[in-house]
Amino acid sequence: MTWDTVASILIGGALTGLVYSLMALGLSVIFGVIRVVNFAHGEMMTLAMFAGVFLFTGGGLDPILSLPIVAGTLFILGYALQRRLVEPFIARPEHEQFILLLAVAILLVNGLLLAFGPDARSVTVDYAFDSFELGPIFIDKVKAYAAGVGVLVAAGLLMFFRYTRTGKAIRACSDNLMGAQVVGLNIRRLYALTFGLGVACVGAAGCLLSLLVDVTPMLGPELTLLAFVIVIIGGLGSMMGALLGGIVVGLSEALAGLLIVPSMKSMFSFGLLILILAFRPQGLFGKRT
Amino acid sequence: MRGVGAVLRGAPRAATGLAVLGAALLVAPLLVDDYLLSVILITLYFAFVGQAWNLMMGYAGQLSLGHALYVGLGGYAAAAFFVHFGLTPWAGMVIGILVAAAFAAGIGLLAFRFGIGGVYFALLTIAVAEFTRILFEHFEWVGATGGFFLPVENREINDLLMLRGSPAMFYYVILAMTVGLFLANVALIRSRMGYYWMAIREDQDAAQALGINTFRYKMMAVVLSASLTALGGVFLAFYNNNLFPIDAFGIHRSIEIILAPIIGGLGTLFGPILGAFILTPLGEVLTWALDQLGVQMAGVKHLFYGLVLLVIIRSLPGGVWPWFARRLGIEGPEARP
Amino acid sequence: MTDAPLLDVRLISKSFRGLRAVSQVSLAVRPGEIVGLIGPNGAGKTTTFNMIAGVFPPDEGEIRFDGADITGLRADQVCHAGIGRTFQLVKPFYGLSVEDNVLIGALRATRDVDAARAAAVDLLDRFGLADRRHQAAGALTLPDRKRLEVARAMATRPRLLLLDEVMAGLRPGETDEMVQVFQTLNRETGLTILMIEHVMRAVMALSQHIVVLNYGERIAEGEPEQVVRDPKVLESYLGEEAV
Repeated sequence: MTWDTVASILIGGALTGLVYSLMALGLSVIFGVIRVVNFAHGEMMTLAMFAGVFLFTGGGLDPILSLPIVAGTLFILGYALQRRLVEPFIARPEHEQFILLLAVAILLVNGLLLAFGPDARSVTVDYAFDSFELGPIFIDKVKAYAAGVGVLVAAGLLMFFRYTRTGKAIRACSDNLMGAQVVGLNIRRLYALTFGLGVACVGAAGCLLSLLVDVTPMLGPELTLLAFVIVIIGGLGSMMGALLGGIVVGLSEALAGLLIVPSMKSMFSFGLLILILAFRPQGLFGKRT
Repeated sequence: MRGVGAVLRGAPRAATGLAVLGAALLVAPLLVDDYLLSVILITLYFAFVGQAWNLMMGYAGQLSLGHALYVGLGGYAAAAFFVHFGLTPWAGMVIGILVAAAFAAGIGLLAFRFGIGGVYFALLTIAVAEFTRILFEHFEWVGATGGFFLPVENREINDLLMLRGSPAMFYYVILAMTVGLFLANVALIRSRMGYYWMAIREDQDAAQALGINTFRYKMMAVVLSASLTALGGVFLAFYNNNLFPIDAFGIHRSIEIILAPIIGGLGTLFGPILGAFILTPLGEVLTWALDQLGVQMAGVKHLFYGLVLLVIIRSLPGGVWPWFARRLGIEGPEARP
Repeated sequence: MTDAPLLDVRLISKSFRGLRAVSQVSLAVRPGEIVGLIGPNGAGKTTTFNMIAGVFPPDEGEIRFDGADITGLRADQVCHAGIGRTFQLVKPFYGLSVEDNVLIGALRATRDVDAARAAAVDLLDRFGLADRRHQAAGALTLPDRKRLEVARAMATRPRLLLLDEVMAGLRPGETDEMVQVFQTLNRETGLTILMIEHVMRAVMALSQHIVVLNYGERIAEGEPEQVVRDPKVLESYLGEEAV
């Protein structure tokens, strides 16, 4: 294997990693603000991937174009989920929240299984096999586009939190809940917005990932774990950490595919998670508390 | 000493019910057909592993979402030594338990030494289970992804030593295991260790201030729960006669284990058993009914489980048992979630 | 008082993120004595307590109990050494019965659950909780939770009891009852007590000796009547203008 190939594979891994980043960003936002761990994260991602696939096969929409529709729909779903299901659980013990979202995850996986069957489905856009050539290095067009759009969405989200009134209000909730309540912020609405935004991230990421990976209903739990691996590597609750963590995981998957059997690549991520939890529980990029 | 006996004496209806249930379970192989027997058998299996999981989560408050790891390790270890060396599963069981205990101790050491709790601990358990699944998918000695099979020679002669025989034999084995574990739990949770576990579950700082070495007792909970679960795994492997990494270690397996105790009632003696007797038969009835309608859909049973879980955690987070116990007239700690 | 101190804290310090919470504090508690640890909020009282109780080790200094060095021991080891404690925000085992709460404490001294239960029943009687022993601890009122907290700590059979604001939130009558319980315990069993307390009524009634902390340093100590008249103490509580 030549160095050009290695470089191409690693760049491809990092680009895929950026799509993972967007998914993990959603998890991080929800946890960072509401302190609820969305255990149904990967299952929601699969839902978005299916939406991407069907809007493509049924409506001929490129997943990059259907992204706003899917993200918007998932935003509404997330908002409703927080208002109707999660909200009463915020003051309940941690394990009950976990079990609630586990139930949601089970419902999603099996609902998808019932609706679409266990077969893998994919999106094949007409540029699926094209690539950019940078000298001797080949970069898949789909990966480059997906990563580019992913970064744009993530940047949009970060800008929203930094510059808009609502975004600042949400950050206030996460920094100091009691203070936010005292100054009269509508916590319930802000929490629902946050959950909606987190799930919308997953919607966008799912659309993009449908360009890169075949989707089956059983992919859900794997993606949930992957999202967790990323946020734990990056430091739970940190947005930049989620972005960097995604790249680390994308790279490590690509590297694992190069070095060992490709089917063992997710073992790499889990191994990484175990090491991180053991030696740097605050994450690679998090600060020690 | 307030044992189960005392609790039941105060609730004659419950005592009668339990006696009838016990008698029915004892003679079940004579009365029901093979299919129904297999349903009760699997129910008992879930009651067994549910009780094992409940020790760790329900009593010691440590959430494991990767318990299939121990089912798989126990099953694979005993089956491998049986197939490759002709070792009786009663000895293979010891190996399985040792392997599972070692994994559990590793997880416990990692998590509890560094103060990893709650969600992180749960994730660590899933990650180790998934890690092991992939490892076994490449482990040729036990068949890798192709699966590992135990020879099925006869179903008529019961060979208890080698755990080969009829469904009825397996039925009595799991019945004895489940009842045995129940009785052991009764003694365990009324022991010093049981009280220490509950103290840790309720408040770790307070527990430590009362002289409890929380690290040691959490380790004991994790290792004991894993060992018992591995025992269940040995049974399952010899009953099913096959092992596949995805079915042994997969996260859906881990979730199946925890459903019954959550629905029945975390941290109660009867909860995991009640939960198993509610959930497994209902799931079977559902599959059967759909079969009769000519509908065969993957996922329906689990969709149903998910719904039950959602309803229970929303409206009866303590599980069905505490509610049921009050209706039976049982008061005191056993009726408390 | 010539006997050697039961608890001897020598020049302990603790910093959190560069902030010095406790600085070179020393204090001694003699056997059978009741010592009050007072000072304004943020003076480092609870931090001092937590170092003695083994929640975290001091950065420097030494803690000796009954002649043995207990510096840096874990909380459970400190408990086994003979020091019991209560928490400022009470931490009952909410889901367990009142009796089981105390029983768990009593298991420190015995492995026999029946013996521990008997000890628990005795203690609950002494703290006026006998009729509530089968209730869940979560169902108790605040004064009862405070009593339970003390009963549970007593169940570990400590020779030294650390009380962290057990009187806070009690009505005057309830405070007096609690004061009496400690006086009786002290008189009858020779229990030694180190208490953080804001309720001066209780401090004055119980303490034979008082140590005052401010900004993490010991600013005064001595007999109660003498300490409360110390200008440095008044200043720390009231601010400089008031002096």
